[in-house]
Amino acid sequence: MGTGNFETTIGLEVHVEMQTNSKLLSPSPVHYGDEPNENTNVIDFGYPGVLPVANKGALEYGMRVALALNATVSPFIRWDRKNYFYPDNPKSYQTTQSQTPIGTNGHLDVTLTDGTIKRVRIKEMHVEEDAGKNTHGDDGYSYVDLNRQGTPLIEIVSEPDIASPDEAYAYLEQLRQAILFTGVSEAKMQEGQMRADVNISIRPYGSNEYGTKVEMKNINSFTYVRNALIFEEQRQAEVLRSGGVIQQETRRYNEPTKSTMLMRVKEGADDYRYFPEPDLAPVVIDQQWISEVAAELPKSASQRQKDYVDTLGIAPYDAEVLTQTLAMADFYDATVADGADAKRAANYLIGDVNAYMNKHQVELQETKLTPEHLSGMIKLIESGTISTKQAKQVFEAIMTGEEPEAFAKKNGLVQISDPTVLLGWITEVLDNNPQSIEDFKGGKDRATGYLIGQLMKMSKGQANPGVMNKLLLEELAKR
Amino acid sequence: MTINFFDNDLNSLHDKLVNKEITVTELTQATLDNIEKTDDQLNAFITTNAQEAMKKASEIDEKGEFTHVLSGLPVALKDNLSTKGIPTTGASHILEGFKPVYDATVVDKLQNAGAISVGKANMDEFAMGGSTETSYYKQTTNAWDHTKVPGGSSGGSAAAVAGGLVPFALGSDTGGSIRQPAAFNGIVGLKPTYGRVSRWGLFAMASSLDQIGPFTRTVKDNALVLNTIAGFDAKDSTSSNRDVPDFTSKLSGDVKGLKIAVPKEYFGEGIDPKVAATVKAAIAQLEALGAIVDEVTLPHTKYGVAAYYIIMSSEASSNLQRYDGVRYGFRADNVKTLEDLYVKTRSEGFGDEVKRRIMLGTFSLSAGAYDAFFKKAAKIRTLLIEDFNKVFEDYDVIVGPTAPTVAYGLGEEIDDPTAMYLADVLTIPVNLAGLPGLSVNAGFVDGLPVGLQIIGKPFDEQTVYQTGFAYEQASRLFEKKPDIAKAY
Amino acid sequence: MSETTISKEEVAHVASLAKLAFNDAELEQFTTQLSDILNIFNTLSEVDTDNVEPTYSVTENINHLRDDIADNWHQKEALLSNASSSAADLIKVPAILDGEGK
Repeated sequence: MGTGNFETTIGLEVHVEMQTNSKLLSPSPVHYGDEPNENTNVIDFGYPGVLPVANKGALEYGMRVALALNATVSPFIRWDRKNYFYPDNPKSYQTTQSQTPIGTNGHLDVTLTDGTIKRVRIKEMHVEEDAGKNTHGDDGYSYVDLNRQGTPLIEIVSEPDIASPDEAYAYLEQLRQAILFTGVSEAKMQEGQMRADVNISIRPYGSNEYGTKVEMKNINSFTYVRNALIFEEQRQAEVLRSGGVIQQETRRYNEPTKSTMLMRVKEGADDYRYFPEPDLAPVVIDQQWISEVAAELPKSASQRQKDYVDTLGIAPYDAEVLTQTLAMADFYDATVADGADAKRAANYLIGDVNAYMNKHQVELQETKLTPEHLSGMIKLIESGTISTKQAKQVFEAIMTGEEPEAFAKKNGLVQISDPTVLLGWITEVLDNNPQSIEDFKGGKDRATGYLIGQLMKMSKGQANPGVMNKLLLEELAKR
Repeated sequence: MTINFFDNDLNSLHDKLVNKEITVTELTQATLDNIEKTDDQLNAFITTNAQEAMKKASEIDEKGEFTHVLSGLPVALKDNLSTKGIPTTGASHILEGFKPVYDATVVDKLQNAGAISVGKANMDEFAMGGSTETSYYKQTTNAWDHTKVPGGSSGGSAAAVAGGLVPFALGSDTGGSIRQPAAFNGIVGLKPTYGRVSRWGLFAMASSLDQIGPFTRTVKDNALVLNTIAGFDAKDSTSSNRDVPDFTSKLSGDVKGLKIAVPKEYFGEGIDPKVAATVKAAIAQLEALGAIVDEVTLPHTKYGVAAYYIIMSSEASSNLQRYDGVRYGFRADNVKTLEDLYVKTRSEGFGDEVKRRIMLGTFSLSAGAYDAFFKKAAKIRTLLIEDFNKVFEDYDVIVGPTAPTVAYGLGEEIDDPTAMYLADVLTIPVNLAGLPGLSVNAGFVDGLPVGLQIIGKPFDEQTVYQTGFAYEQASRLFEKKPDIAKAY
Repeated sequence: MSETTISKEEVAHVASLAKLAFNDAELEQFTTQLSDILNIFNTLSEVDTDNVEPTYSVTENINHLRDDIADNWHQKEALLSNASSSAADLIKVPAILDGEGK
């Protein structure tokens, strides 16, 4: 790194919105993109006299993340209040799990760019409420929408194991993938479903004490996180080299200049006056409950990649592409489970299906394609019922929800391999083209090409080329 | 048509409706007339809802169904119980004119039973006080002497029942706010076991201590109301799903062999000797009825006030942060910045006692103080609970005075918060331990009522009522009427 | 354990956390009153609680949880009508300044 004699320490607190049906403490729907305040009720508005009831689904999603990140699920949870005033925080306290996090002592094995694997320890994770959204008008007012208020978040707090901006980037990417494969969130960055608070300090190599931390909050792009950390690493090194002192402060990343700027200097720790939430009952999580949640936890991306390569014979690169999203991986698994050839299914998903998604700007689950239809088409190809060329038409059809076999039949896209039918055509063509037989016997290979063309025309393209070729050569030999 | 609630308990009112001696419309009108006649002396109500009440009355008359004992009977609700569309202020300026958009669970239950809310009763601001003097709106007076405080914080509810304006009322009790005004007004008030009655819709002061409970003129009436409002509520995470028994089932008047504990600490320093003597006489009467009475010790009692004020104020400081001028209620004028909006709204919207408790609580939870105050208080709470558990191994109920004194003069203690806080010493431990506690009239000192407090095991309201009923039937003190009764 | 007392400056700091403002006379009065009350609180230090678990609630309930089923109560209009200032279905507040609040 370019910071000379300093080593860098980075800590990340990542917040991911969990896509439950309802909010953490109220039954209001969790749904992005609705009219302002559409998904709010008296609880979300923090009305006098309302009481929270915790969402079992949100807890179980939190348990999934804890399990996926190799953490210990806490047997006992008592919720806590974190007190602060802000317009998007209607009760003026956030319900969280500061004393009894849902998971502790986890880790994520991160593959770095040079191929080495680094274990980043995860200190703890909390299930907590998201805040609403403030929009800042240019009329001297701010505007508050509480739709997002109360959406369950999982907060994932790393130990200070990350030593460079690149490592932070790799950690975030692989953390995102790990979370995607728990099925609790699509973690869409542009929708703010995954946000990172980062802190960074530097210290001279060999020093036993960490340097003073600088914090940057709510960054919703991994690239921005990396850029912010690169800038900060340099800035802090320059301050120290010139004999200065790093202040404990909160800074903000500014993308156009790729630099950070001071927001406020922290005077001691913030005083959030955490205390146990008396309006919620404690939660006791026994081994049986953990097992039930573990049984619902989708298989991880890395486990699936290994299975694809080792047992299905898929190339490692292809296995990676197939596991970029949980939807794709699940789709692939279902297609193979339905009896499709594994390699052909992989090729279709990576090639044609991805191309279709890109062209139409849709997610896989937004298309009408089903694993059964894809595997149905692949089975038709494998059995020689349709040709790969005919398959192109069938593919277009299954992308619009058609059943492949019915479509092929309806459109005559059936390959004819029956030798008696083919022999009838061959006899007719040979009888009508004595010159071509002569040419063939004279050593002109082109002659077979012409004959095949005639046969294809006669069969309306339905003749199985392999079978037909073989029979034609046999018949030519007989003449 | 006039009605005198001093001469009619809930069952007799019910019978009159069933037998068509009186219609609900007449009863409701008579109740509103009672309020009209005497509330200028008592100031028990912040809001009355005559129109809505009369409308409901005629609806019930039309149906003519009185399946529930409370069908068609008028009730007063403490103004910290959320009532949809009807202003609910918590007696605070910060909620002036605030119209909730939902009903509290207890309000729902009363409505389903057919009870008719005639108004919202005055109280200390956000239930913080013991005299109803911290109300932003008005000063309620004692039903027995209008120069005295009605107690608090549920002073309006207590005065409305004691003054004969309504046959029953609901209050809330965080550190004595039902039992102490019941004692000061010579009526029956119960704080149920924590979790017995849903808190959904109760404007929270201290979530781990608050309970809603009934005010009535007799023990039996009280049990009938508790029958109606008790029970599990999925919307309250601390609501108990234990079975709700019939709370009237042990009201036989028999206490033979009942084991009564009398803590010596409840007759210690600060207890008015005349009050102590009155309560001791009441206990002697229970003994005469066949109860077994022993002196016991609750050694951590003297730490209850400190532990309570730390826990209560801490929770309250957090619960009252939602009053920020953003989404509802009062918002200060001429605010330019967000900080201004918060600080001005809250500084202008809250009264001194509320501010004092917010300050205490905010301090008790703050970084340097949490362990020495909040956490320490929570540990003392454990010790207080253990004190009770020990006594309840051998005894059925614990009895003593409800308050150290009788009602004091208006304005006498309001400027001395420490004295006011110390006066809660006898009621506070019950909230910290989540126990049921009842106050029944035990007699009079200088013409003012004295309360006998009966404390039970968790969820054993039945035995508490049994004890109270036996004493009440033996003493027949409920037949004594304040002068205001002559107004009807 | 040493006795905790409170200074005028600390009272002012606590007030700022609680979003309350006091003039100088009020601050004096609150400091005196809070000090008196803290004297009562300090009596707790007499009690040995080293091996005592804190009680934060007396509820018997555990795992009082709600199934993850969405239910829109459709209260938006009523809620917004109670806000002293709103526009375009949003709650209106004075501009939030950079770094304010959080």
